[in-house]
Amino acid sequence: MNSPAAGITKTPAAANSSALLTVNDLRASYAESKVLHGMDFDVREGELLTLIGRNGAGKTTTLRSIMGIVRKRTGSIRFAGQELIGKRTFQIARLGIGYCPEERAIFSSLSVRENLFLPPVLREGGLSEEALYAAFPNLQQRASSQGTKLSGGEQQMLAIGRILRTGSRLLLLDEPSEGLAPVVVKEIGELIQRLKSQGFTIILVEQNLRFARQVADRHVVVEHGKVADILTNDELTADLGRVKSYLGV
Amino acid sequence: MFEGISTQLLFGQVLLGLINGSFYAMLSMGLAIIFGLMNVVNFTHGAQYMLGAFVAWMLLTYLGIGYWPALIIAPIVVAIFGMAMERLLLRPLQNLDHLYGLLATYAMALIVEGLVRYQYGSTGLPYENPIPGGVNLGFMFLPYYRLWVVVFSVVTCIATWVLIEHTKLGAYLRAANEKPEIVETFGINVPKMITLTYGFGVGLAALSGVLAAPIYQVSPSMGSSLMIVVFAVVVIGGMGSIIGAAITGYMLGIVEGLTKVFYPEAASVVIFLFMIISLYARPDGLFASKESL
Repeated sequence: MNSPAAGITKTPAAANSSALLTVNDLRASYAESKVLHGMDFDVREGELLTLIGRNGAGKTTTLRSIMGIVRKRTGSIRFAGQELIGKRTFQIARLGIGYCPEERAIFSSLSVRENLFLPPVLREGGLSEEALYAAFPNLQQRASSQGTKLSGGEQQMLAIGRILRTGSRLLLLDEPSEGLAPVVVKEIGELIQRLKSQGFTIILVEQNLRFARQVADRHVVVEHGKVADILTNDELTADLGRVKSYLGV
Repeated sequence: MFEGISTQLLFGQVLLGLINGSFYAMLSMGLAIIFGLMNVVNFTHGAQYMLGAFVAWMLLTYLGIGYWPALIIAPIVVAIFGMAMERLLLRPLQNLDHLYGLLATYAMALIVEGLVRYQYGSTGLPYENPIPGGVNLGFMFLPYYRLWVVVFSVVTCIATWVLIEHTKLGAYLRAANEKPEIVETFGINVPKMITLTYGFGVGLAALSGVLAAPIYQVSPSMGSSLMIVVFAVVVIGGMGSIIGAAITGYMLGIVEGLTKVFYPEAASVVIFLFMIISLYARPDGLFASKESL
């Protein structure tokens, strides 16, 4: 817990909040192709950090490397004092990291209820069944439907909802707003705000800059498998041009 | 056509069909479970069934341990062998083409069968019936042991189905079948789950073997002769459909029995005829759900 933020971050670390996750010189590759070429950033307890950047920059790979889904990775990922490199995916999850993949990964052979309650409770502090259904009334109404029969927005809610019960304190959310109608994107944004206010630490991969600005504390700009820039939300708002040049928009 | 066929013969063959169907059902269920989670067509299944019968025979012959304890011990022993096989033989092949798993399990079947034949010869060994006697129902004589086999098999199949379709454990299996990587991100040790599931399927085969021991002779080839039919059952029921495999097993056992009554010459081919027709009509299997494929 007391490991100092590695000093590579371009914004000064808040003195009163320690890093929950510290990524140092993270390199990762799929088969023969290298995707990450030395990522450095950290996330503080209770913070909402976004990874922004173009398609193929390495944002999703960063999340998958933290989770251990990408096995070929070097460098260091420290979470709550423990090194994650060398650990298996299920061991990493048990330390308290929840992962919501881009494709949502709702199971078609499971009902909505089974999908929602599939992840086992790994530690204390997760949402209760009542709290979960209060947050997602739609899911309760459709509890016995097949998981993949839900609308895109409902599936996204389900994919986030199912990792809230487990007691994970760090949530990795991969583009939750992707492909959804604006009104649903707004709902997801409100949900993420609520989660943050409940004390969850969140890393959010996002292409939608407007969405990212509404919820995040800091933004990590990823380019060609490296951290190109790190800005606070205020810095981003003050100098949108700087980030837009990275994103090429 | 029904004239001249005694009820004795009719019900006798239906019962025999039901007995065969009991074995078809239990074996094809195990195959379907293994295929569903691992995408491995387990050609060692017949040898594992045979091992179940042999372990029961050995327990009785060498240690004096009887049928009832063997019904529990033999499946556990064979399941342990199966789990070792999964770790050492199947796991290294899991990312290769399915053909490798098929060939490896087939090779293993030949090795196991060969070793048992080398040690015990190919003539069958008798295994004493633990529940002798029977009851005359008026229209037929019903041996107690056969009644026990049918009831036990139905109960086992229903229990297995409930376990997989209606419990949390089963939800993990179904989910891991779809997206193992994601299930692992929930903190579940998926490789261990695969090993245990293979062990369960193998244990089910061995359990059938113990059940079969008092009915058929305990012989090295008892599995391989049965497996050809069992594979047909799995194909007809739909690969990976657990309840489909079981229902098809009983159904085809009865079809086979009835054929023996009405047209005995066709009894050994009727299942394969059925397979051809069903493959034309429903190539994915009678009970295949769209999602499982």
